[in-house]
Amino acid sequence: MSYAFAAQLNSLLAALILLTAFAMLVQRRMYALLHLFAWQGLFLSISTAVVGFAAQSHHLYISSVLTLAIKVILLPYILHVLIRKLKIHREVETIVNVPTTMLIGIALVIFSYHLTAPIRELSTLMTKSTLAVALATVMLGLLMMITRRHAVTQIIGFLAMENGLFFAATSATYGMPLVVELGVALDILIAAFIFGIFFFHINTTFDSLDVDQMARLKEED
Amino acid sequence: MKVHPLLIELIQVFVLLFAAPLFAGWVKMVKCWSQGRTSPSLLQPYRDLCKLFSKDVALAENASWIFRSTPYLVFGVTVLAGGIIPIISVDLPLSATADVIALVALFAIARFFTALAGMDIGTSFGGMGSSREMTIASLAEPAMLMAIFAVSLASKSTSLSQMAIVVSQGYSILRPSLAFALLAFILIALTETGRVPVDNPATHLELTMIHEAMILEYSGRHLALIEWAKMMKLFLFITLGIAVFFPWGIDAAGGAAGLASSFLIMSLKLGISGVGLVLIETGLAKMRIFRVTEFLGSAFLFATLGMLSFFILE
Amino acid sequence: MILLVLLCVPLVASLALAFIGDRKFAPEVNILGSAATFVAGIALALEVYHHGPMLAGDKFFFVDAFNVYLAVLTSFVSMTTALFSRRYMRREREHGTIGHRRIRFYHAMFQLFIFAMLLCLLTNNVGVLWIAMELATLSTVLLVSLYRTPSAIEAAWKYFILCGVGIALALFGTVLLYFAAEKVLGAGGEALLWTNLSQVSDQLEPTILSLAFVFLMVGYGTKVGLVPVHNWLPDAHSEGPTPISAVLSGLLLNIALYALVRCKVLVDGSTGTHHAGNIMMGFGILSVIVASFSLLRQKDIKRMFAYSSIEHMGITTFAFGLGGPVATFGALLHMLVHSLTKSAIFFTVGHASQMHRTQDMDRIQGLIRGNPLVGWGMTFGVMAIVGMPPFGVFMSEFLILTATIKDAPLMAPFLLLGLGVTFAALFRKVQPMVTGEVPPHQKFLKVAHVPVLLHMFLVLGIGIYMPKFLADWFHTAVGLLK
Repeated sequence: MSYAFAAQLNSLLAALILLTAFAMLVQRRMYALLHLFAWQGLFLSISTAVVGFAAQSHHLYISSVLTLAIKVILLPYILHVLIRKLKIHREVETIVNVPTTMLIGIALVIFSYHLTAPIRELSTLMTKSTLAVALATVMLGLLMMITRRHAVTQIIGFLAMENGLFFAATSATYGMPLVVELGVALDILIAAFIFGIFFFHINTTFDSLDVDQMARLKEED
Repeated sequence: MKVHPLLIELIQVFVLLFAAPLFAGWVKMVKCWSQGRTSPSLLQPYRDLCKLFSKDVALAENASWIFRSTPYLVFGVTVLAGGIIPIISVDLPLSATADVIALVALFAIARFFTALAGMDIGTSFGGMGSSREMTIASLAEPAMLMAIFAVSLASKSTSLSQMAIVVSQGYSILRPSLAFALLAFILIALTETGRVPVDNPATHLELTMIHEAMILEYSGRHLALIEWAKMMKLFLFITLGIAVFFPWGIDAAGGAAGLASSFLIMSLKLGISGVGLVLIETGLAKMRIFRVTEFLGSAFLFATLGMLSFFILE
Repeated sequence: MILLVLLCVPLVASLALAFIGDRKFAPEVNILGSAATFVAGIALALEVYHHGPMLAGDKFFFVDAFNVYLAVLTSFVSMTTALFSRRYMRREREHGTIGHRRIRFYHAMFQLFIFAMLLCLLTNNVGVLWIAMELATLSTVLLVSLYRTPSAIEAAWKYFILCGVGIALALFGTVLLYFAAEKVLGAGGEALLWTNLSQVSDQLEPTILSLAFVFLMVGYGTKVGLVPVHNWLPDAHSEGPTPISAVLSGLLLNIALYALVRCKVLVDGSTGTHHAGNIMMGFGILSVIVASFSLLRQKDIKRMFAYSSIEHMGITTFAFGLGGPVATFGALLHMLVHSLTKSAIFFTVGHASQMHRTQDMDRIQGLIRGNPLVGWGMTFGVMAIVGMPPFGVFMSEFLILTATIKDAPLMAPFLLLGLGVTFAALFRKVQPMVTGEVPPHQKFLKVAHVPVLLHMFLVLGIGIYMPKFLADWFHTAVGLLK
């Protein structure tokens, strides 16, 4: 595998990650959403391995395996079990105004491109151009958390944001130091544990995982 | 031995005219297999066309010249479009004079007259079909142009022959802009050729049909011409996709041996695309018409992302 | 060595409490653990005071005047909170609000939270700082929802989601920081060590650092509770158990601000301009104004004091942004006195709401007659927090105000307006609660005296006479933050 080929492959994977981010933004069905998330993790993991290979930085292999284990296998599995236990796999979310959401998404991609311009100029790495995609993935995850009203969907948006951050670290610097990446992975695991508990609490308290039900705490007038 | 470009052009038009019904038959055959039915013969579309040509035309009393001339116009325009797309060779005189934007315009002319003809008789179905067709077209055409711009950014040209030449060099299919454009193109092609999930070519159910509703009043050779044009349109969209995204094997030298091999490779690709088309059609259910806007919205999104990723990633 | 003890004690205590569960002596173990942490903190502080800044654990930890004082403060407030929570949580159990599994959870998570905050303060690695901050969030999320009422769950969910998003942006900022650092220091863990970064901060690429700071500001700013990313804070404070409100307000916000200030020092070194400071000043003054006006319309007592915390964090952020020796000195002092005063107020608020079984301010009355310590404690606490002399808050706010009038005179009216409105709002709301007759639904409760008195005396003491060692400390810290 030559360097140029690796760079091209990495660009394609970046595009796929962006594509899954967009697809998640408008996917209504729970399981399909979860599968998209797993795909995104898989692309991320492959991309990390490709970058690790091309850049000869072997600690990226560990990150790649870690991503594969956590984001592709463990987290989707946990969410799958939760969705089944909470009996929400048939739920279809209503999403308002898909075209507008998509247009905002496109605007966010352009914004990210603009924002990362100084970095692209300074960077000498082969992954410098994918940083814009990484930031866009973060932004799209954020957008998903804002536009969607279901607790599980919001969490998937949150995790997609984490994917984007991880991708950003790989793109900008060939990965953070190992100790940081391990710590971040640990934090995500704890977070997974916590939102798992949360789903049950919300479901038993509100009889639904729709976060619009949660509107008690407002500023009183 | 060098074949004269005009001769190539001529061969290609004949290939288009006679391979299009064959391809339609092939798609129908694979579809029947996939659903576990016995299929009609591969030559059935030819027989259908022959039958229609031999029948008399029944015209409505109030049909105007538009209604009568539309079949010939649609047929002619579609054949002309077939002269632009590099099917077996990139060395086409017509391709040099008309680029991909002209191609889109040609299809638009055909659609415009079909829609007019649909309204001409004044039946409610025709008008409904026309209005639906135009609604969809207004969304599909910008998306189509965006997808084409994404590719032409990469190939730095809007000429189809030039695109095919540029894309066939290097690992182009790994280029994200092309991958996005391909996705957008698939969605648009499904819409434009009236396949599931947007329209169902096999149904005459009042509430769901779009294209069939417009041509409900046609009979005899008029219907034959329109049906033939429709098969060619499907064929052309598939070959257009192949020419832009998978052009490997299309002859560039203009020799007889090259043309023959190009013809064989194209047949193979078409065979595979037919299976792919059936897979998509069986995998998806027909959408409600109001969901088509989202469908085409995502096509537009993919095309835009293709353009953006050209700037961002390449 | 002492450092290791300081970090290990809460971790061990957390594990131990997870095993002890709801035995009778669990609160005492909690207190003991916190007290041991405090002692270790004092020992560490003495060592740093005598021998100067130190690096430990293969440069992994770093202690200087700035973070050691916060470490002592953290361990001290956590100790007094543990003292307070002994009575408080026992009463909640008697009321049947929480069961024994949740008591176990509460204690274990409390200690884990302390550990996360100390790790935040003492680590030298900017990446680990982020991880510890996230850990601190995660460990408190489920504490906020401890009562499992619909509003508590809502508050905790909001806290989780908002802080999760915020902190994710901070991670992006950290990635950018590493990107800039890698160019100068080379790849690897060394490039994220704050001590290394601060030495070469003038060589770091200014455009990248400015961009990074925007992300860090929004990210850590969410945790500090700065307007406009403060929405989680009033909810989390009002719905969680009161001891948690006390440590969230008194400690966690400080820690987040600490992280922000550390980053600001690097950015300032790189850009050589006042860019980062201006951003902080903007966020700070906005927080002061918005929070002070929000105070006017609160009905829930804990929610009101949560807004007061936002206001004070705004003041401190503003002062750090302003820079200069006087403002920085004021900001450091303000962090200390605000944290002491606010946790003391929350202790009395906790007692008051338990006495009335409500957090609605309209139903709380006659505190001074009902229970003098709670009543007078709240009165003096509020007097201190609004900046009346002779309390410590007066001194810090005075310093900040003089520095503002000197360096950024245009900002001074806004700051004064915020302070004035706060003063009026808090007094108007608190005065009916502490005075008046004892309402029939008020119950007399035995209260924890020590934490409230200790905090108030300290705040008063600092206000009247600042010990020399404290002043020295602040001066050294001011030197570090230049």
